[in-house]
Amino acid sequence: MYVRIPTPLRSYTNGESRVLARGATVDDILMDLDAQFAGFRFRMVDEQNRLRQHIRVFINDDMITNLTDAVGATDEITILQALSGG
Amino acid sequence: MTPTLIVGTRKGLFLLTSPDDRASWATSEPTFLGHIVSHGVRDTRSGRMLVGVSTGHLGPTVFGSNDDGATWTEATKPPAFRTGERLARSLTSVFWLTPGHPSQPGVWFAGGSPQGLFVTHDDGDTWAPHDGWNDHPMWETWAEWPDQNTPDGSMLHSITIDPRGADHMYIGLSSGGVFETIDGGANWTPQNLGCESPMQPNQDIEYGHDPHCVRAHPLSPDRLYQQNHCGIYRLDRTSAIKDRWVRIGNAMPSSVGDIGFPIELDPNDPERVWVFPMDGTDVWPRTSPDGRPAAYRTSDGGATWVRLDRGLPDRAWFTVKRQAMTVDAATPTGVYFGTTSGEVWASADAGDSWRCIAQHLPEIYSVEHAAIG
Repeated sequence: MYVRIPTPLRSYTNGESRVLARGATVDDILMDLDAQFAGFRFRMVDEQNRLRQHIRVFINDDMITNLTDAVGATDEITILQALSGG
Repeated sequence: MTPTLIVGTRKGLFLLTSPDDRASWATSEPTFLGHIVSHGVRDTRSGRMLVGVSTGHLGPTVFGSNDDGATWTEATKPPAFRTGERLARSLTSVFWLTPGHPSQPGVWFAGGSPQGLFVTHDDGDTWAPHDGWNDHPMWETWAEWPDQNTPDGSMLHSITIDPRGADHMYIGLSSGGVFETIDGGANWTPQNLGCESPMQPNQDIEYGHDPHCVRAHPLSPDRLYQQNHCGIYRLDRTSAIKDRWVRIGNAMPSSVGDIGFPIELDPNDPERVWVFPMDGTDVWPRTSPDGRPAAYRTSDGGATWVRLDRGLPDRAWFTVKRQAMTVDAATPTGVYFGTTSGEVWASADAGDSWRCIAQHLPEIYSVEHAAIG
């Protein structure tokens, strides 16, 4: 499935805004992305497996509450990041 | 050798180089533009450079360079607490970096926020929690935990390794105090007696202090200096009062006071020290007292201090942070500092005169000297 990547993480995806990943849960997807793009996951998920404070993940139009949420083969994942502050 | 300054800022990393022995300085283009660079250090053992990087929203990491900043590689396993640990701590900043003892090539230490200690044995590619500190039974008491959300967070800094032996280290906690290990980090003890602590009702307490910057002299490692939230202190471990800090800042002019962030030592003279006082009155502006910037130098271990402001602006309102002052090992000693208003100032005569060698940079968090070549 496709995953949409926010600009702060595109240094890991060679500038790509939309990449392919595999997995049955959101965390599977993030693990797969980390395997493809080393270091990607830790920038958005902390060592206690919590999404960092200003990161949001959507399955299609629905914001997830848990990294174990299931994803279907035709779903699209969107990672969003707040860019508040200065 | 090319004198180089590694300048970490709120918006990226800059390298300042002097091709003509400190006569002129050139500023590089930014690296990691937009990223917060808390600290950048070059290891004199290997020439490797590491920087602690985060952004306002992404997690922290470390990058390393083997070619003096031309190319950078991210750590395969950045510093982090253990997954599933009891306190569920999450590292938000790699705040401080220190190369290890000469007998331990490849070893570096990192201090973070929350106040964790981390170690690498492969020059910064993979990092592990330093369990002796992070899981010490007193950690929750000594460290700021839960995080008090002090400005820029609670942090572990001033990781200082005794050149006589790798097992002897000091660390500083803002807030928390100075802590020492003599067994490579398995056990730690507070080392704060003599330091004042206005946040505590009892003045002679073992911990709970706020060291802003702690340095041990490389030629005389039993001589330590500390710029504390509550003054400038010296500790002589071999003296009759070996476990008690002495407030040498009492010799500073009372109109200036002895509050500040950085403290720097002359690598060739244990008696010579530089500080950069700031206004610690009222609500703590942290700017220079009366808006008149000056460094102060002692050449007698803190008995007397000399004001050093020639070349500095008459009035200015910047702050010099704890990692943002450094010295070189040349003769006369070069002294450098970076400001929160994005200027780097240099002195090639031990602070007697200053000139601005870079301006219009982002807010400066750290300045470290390196001799490259």
